Amino acid sequence: MSRNWAYLSNYLIYSSMAVYTLSFFAHAIETAWAVRVPTEDSNQNLDYKRTEKVARIATAMMILGFLLLVAGVIARGVSAGRVPWGNMYEFSITGAMAFSGAYLAALRKYDLRWLGLIVSIAVLLTLGTAVAVLYRPSAPLVPALKSTWLVIHVSAAIVSGGVFLLANAIAAAYLYLDAMESRGERTAWAKRLPSLEDLDQLSYRLVAFVFPLWTFAVIAGAIWAESAWGRYWGWDPKETWAFITWVAYAAYLHARVTIGWRGRKAAWLCLFAGSTFLFNYVYVNIWGTGKHTYSGL
Amino acid sequence: MSQEITIPELGSVGLLRYSWRQLTSMRTALILLLMLGIAAIPGSIVPQRTQNPMKVSEYFKNSPDLSKWMDRFSLFDVYGSPWFSAIYILLFISLIGCVLPRTIEHFHAARALPPATPKNLDRMEHHSSWSPQGNELEIARAWFKAKRFRVLEKDGSISAEKGYMRETGNLFFHLALIFILLGISFSSLFGMRGEAILNVGERFVNTPTSYDSLQFGKLFNQSNLSDFTITVDKFVAKYNIDTNAPEDYTLNVSFAKGDLTKTEKRVIKVNSPLAFGNTNIYLQANGYSPVVTVRDSKGNVAMQGPVPFLPQDANLRSIGAIKVPDADPQIGFVGSFVPTYARSEGNGAISVFPEALDPRLLLSAWIGDLGLDTGVPQSVYRIDTSKMKQVGLKSLKPGETFTYPQGSITFEGYQQWVNLQIVNDPGKNFALLGGIVAILGLLASLFTRRRRIWIRVGKSVEVAGLAKNAAPGLEIEMAQFVAMLKGEK
Repeated sequence: MSRNWAYLSNYLIYSSMAVYTLSFFAHAIETAWAVRVPTEDSNQNLDYKRTEKVARIATAMMILGFLLLVAGVIARGVSAGRVPWGNMYEFSITGAMAFSGAYLAALRKYDLRWLGLIVSIAVLLTLGTAVAVLYRPSAPLVPALKSTWLVIHVSAAIVSGGVFLLANAIAAAYLYLDAMESRGERTAWAKRLPSLEDLDQLSYRLVAFVFPLWTFAVIAGAIWAESAWGRYWGWDPKETWAFITWVAYAAYLHARVTIGWRGRKAAWLCLFAGSTFLFNYVYVNIWGTGKHTYSGL
Repeated sequence: MSQEITIPELGSVGLLRYSWRQLTSMRTALILLLMLGIAAIPGSIVPQRTQNPMKVSEYFKNSPDLSKWMDRFSLFDVYGSPWFSAIYILLFISLIGCVLPRTIEHFHAARALPPATPKNLDRMEHHSSWSPQGNELEIARAWFKAKRFRVLEKDGSISAEKGYMRETGNLFFHLALIFILLGISFSSLFGMRGEAILNVGERFVNTPTSYDSLQFGKLFNQSNLSDFTITVDKFVAKYNIDTNAPEDYTLNVSFAKGDLTKTEKRVIKVNSPLAFGNTNIYLQANGYSPVVTVRDSKGNVAMQGPVPFLPQDANLRSIGAIKVPDADPQIGFVGSFVPTYARSEGNGAISVFPEALDPRLLLSAWIGDLGLDTGVPQSVYRIDTSKMKQVGLKSLKPGETFTYPQGSITFEGYQQWVNLQIVNDPGKNFALLGGIVAILGLLASLFTRRRRIWIRVGKSVEVAGLAKNAAPGLEIEMAQFVAMLKGEK
């Protein structure tokens, strides 16, 4: 029974990868076509009407891929009879889900479709790595993970991570466009991207929105550590890096709100903070020592 | 102060004031915050004494010169080092110096009325004006009241302000951080933490001598050690047959507090410690203790009982030492216990499953001086065989006996041991409270928009608004406000 669910989960993940690939191609076509279709009166302005259809297809594919991925993650959880956050494979598929979910949620409010190409590549790479390198058969949890706090702590951490990485992608786009503008004009395809100021504001808002959640994730982790390991804070490598990420984002928020950093400096600080999160996920999970060794590798 | 460099216009008070201003400036706080993050990094790369003392001594063995220098910079105790402490103490002083004046200021501001309406509203943002119908002020008054703005009405104008929660939340967040730090310091001063290894069936009495390792806070009074005894009745470990990974550990104990008249049956699991007052008892680790009987050449029992062995891998291949200092000459066994025996090319005896399905005890017997009287502390799991002579090597099944010229050893069977961690942490609830307040404060401060709205009714109706920190959303609110005043809604 549980084995069938595990197979189902695998099929769903594979299908979602296929659909994300379609979404990736649609985004690529949209980007390419938009460049090739100058309007009659000026070849500087681009006509997006003709790529509107393919852009819609790209987003629809992204939504479908996301839904398949959600189903795959849920099936994985059902197969093991628990939340699907027991090893690195499961963290990765859930993380990819959170990242594309954060993108789709932000899409409802802001026109972020220019970011779709990058998001679909990132999701595909994460899922690909998960399936090819990190895959482990579905199995019950080790005793230390058997706690309600697993659901609370890990879900908060994964959602925070998804939004942090989205903010990072936007900060990186800011720096790229900023460099382009300071060399002269934006290239044709980059013209449709939002203004530097909008990008700057957006990455800040994402961070400000999710920083309390990250604080909560760290505190929930501390409460859990207290009941599982007998101390709420022990400078375990994972804890240390979670702390570093927290401090870096706190510095970012202070720099913006209190000192008034904007633009390039703020974007670099945002990238630094986000990379500490990524480092924690990749390095500490796989090569690190300490008590958070649940990658199953 | 040096004679050559004089700062006449400052003086010592001035210098102090200058340093204080520098320290409590936002820029310094930000630098300290970033420094704290960076200073935490080496502790996650270099092994730390508090977490992994074995790895630290390995480091010392492998590169003694480098280690000595690293130790001088406290790189093996990063989080207790002078430089790390310096950063966070400075940061917290800076924080207090910033937050306290702001608290006082905010306390006054929160009770004061908003400043009067500026003269030239047309210079402000979100300005619009139209000819009056007469009842705009009344509508505005009601609207501000319903939206719980704080208002100052003067000379046909209203100045309204809202969003004080932003600063309140911000201040609570920072005060809560100080509270967390106090909770942590309180625990480290008045807390205690110790570990004890117990075989199933053994009883633990809470006195300092019962512990294998024990740390007290600087101000912990030893007579505060709570009175209790705990007897290990039963321990069950369940493993997954496919992956060999542990699935469940359940420890049944008899627990008696104080006068020992009332014994309770309790269950301890990995995520649910036995808790009473500020004290928690955790199940931290477990392993096997081979039960052996050592006899001398005449057949007299020299030693009998379970000896805890230390697990080496996920399948609980364990190593340990059986020391018989009372024998003459002294005898010691360097041992290895495998719960489910298999032979592997190259590695010899290995364990293929963590449960004891086919246990073996592999021993090498040594005769000579165990070196226990030298005063140098020794690991209970290892024997210093430098002054000893090997007399035999044997693999035993339960019930089997290995006889060597000086006597014999019988592998009677095995027992399981558990490692209990006993922690008294009196500050943890302060830290928890601080954590909760910090999150609430953070939410209040990040999601509250502070803004002012003005209206003046004279020859024309004039409205304007101002959002602090360039917070978004005022446009919509102003549009609603104007629509309301014009009677469009």
